[in-house]
Amino acid sequence: MKNEYDVIVVGAGPAGSIAARYAAEGGASVIMLEKDRDVGYPVRCGEAISKVGVSEFITPDERWISAHISKFALISPDGTEAVIEFGDAGYVLERRIFDYELAKTAANAGAEIVTRAYVNGLLFENGKVSGVKYEYRGEQKELKAKIVIGADGVESRIGRWAGLKTYVDFREMECCVQVTASNINVKGDTLYFYFGENVAPGGYFWIFPKVNGAANIGLGVSGMVGKKRSALSFLNNFMENNFPNAPVLTAIAGGVPSSITLEKISAPGIMLVGDAARQVNPLSGGGIASGMIGGSIAGRIAAEAIERNSLDHILKYDKAWHERLGKRHELFEKIKNGIYNFSDDKFNKIAHSFNKIPYEKRTLGKLFTTALFNQPSLLVDVAKVFII
Amino acid sequence: MNYRQAKTGKLLIDILPDKCDFCGCCVGVCPEDAIELKEAEIFIIDERCTNCAKCIWSCPIEVIKFNRDGVVSKAI
Repeated sequence: MKNEYDVIVVGAGPAGSIAARYAAEGGASVIMLEKDRDVGYPVRCGEAISKVGVSEFITPDERWISAHISKFALISPDGTEAVIEFGDAGYVLERRIFDYELAKTAANAGAEIVTRAYVNGLLFENGKVSGVKYEYRGEQKELKAKIVIGADGVESRIGRWAGLKTYVDFREMECCVQVTASNINVKGDTLYFYFGENVAPGGYFWIFPKVNGAANIGLGVSGMVGKKRSALSFLNNFMENNFPNAPVLTAIAGGVPSSITLEKISAPGIMLVGDAARQVNPLSGGGIASGMIGGSIAGRIAAEAIERNSLDHILKYDKAWHERLGKRHELFEKIKNGIYNFSDDKFNKIAHSFNKIPYEKRTLGKLFTTALFNQPSLLVDVAKVFII
Repeated sequence: MNYRQAKTGKLLIDILPDKCDFCGCCVGVCPEDAIELKEAEIFIIDERCTNCAKCIWSCPIEVIKFNRDGVVSKAI
């Protein structure tokens, strides 16, 4: 380990690894600090992602693909299933291997990686972030850098230490629980989404198949719902009713910041990526692909700033992210607020009308159109898709 | 059990570390930066906690509770 780096990346999830890789590929000296013992573990994720989202950053590899997905099944509160075919469009990942492999791509590009390094403060010089304070094997240490990239996840605190407003409104935090259970009798090529007051009010309940009859089963509810009833009690209820004897291989909790991106994701000497920047797709709650995109932009811009010896250059990151995905997320958020407030009755009606469309003509677009008929005010937001 | 707890204000907030999954929801919603989360260690920074309860509402597995007069509950 050197005394000083061009770039320190805090957190070795997908966003951190990609940021580290792009910065290193751009010629910067990079070190990535991970607080946990392992990269990739524990997994706090439903693990579903589109093929496109992965392929931009790493060649698909069966070792970290747990299932190939070609269908969505949306289940309304009365049990009506609306199935949409996509072709071979998505994966359920094995994140503990996936994250590990992504970190290796950063390492191959020249980034150093240290695990069990818990960052607990920032260093400042002339009002600019100039490094991190961290605890490593019980010892408090300091490490200097020209740029710090915070990829420290939903529990990120780095941004606020640098003066950015980063905490998530509790109403926008999707509080999630998930079990990975075995002997689950669902189709191995279908992602199942359940909606309704009884399963996941203001969010959705998911069953994502994994290899050999296992599946990720979980849900997220907003902190607003959590005020009255926890995500865990919804999950317990669902498991008792549907899979009472299923062997549970993993049980996890997690938070998805399902809001739009933070107003500011860079400041002198610091950039935020992934969940830390709230770069999650607010409609789906998916954050792997968007986090990697955020990481790639940040890593590239950080390397450019080092190369040009102009640290102010990193402030261009905000705009670059907004152009690429940020503004689309703003629209998704509006649609989310429309859809997730639907009553059970409305969900049922949408599913019934959708199923009247001939099977081969059922697409996500058609489903969406059906939803719009039931919620005309959403049209205004959708119209913006074409205007922006 | 050895709880670490907030001591400010009238109410107290407890995190039950034995049951905690260290997922970070509470840290993400805390407006005061009053929760410290390491790999498998969590505690409330007493001086910063204002007992706003957002961590309690956001905990997916009910391990953060109010503790008033020795009675631990989710809501007040």
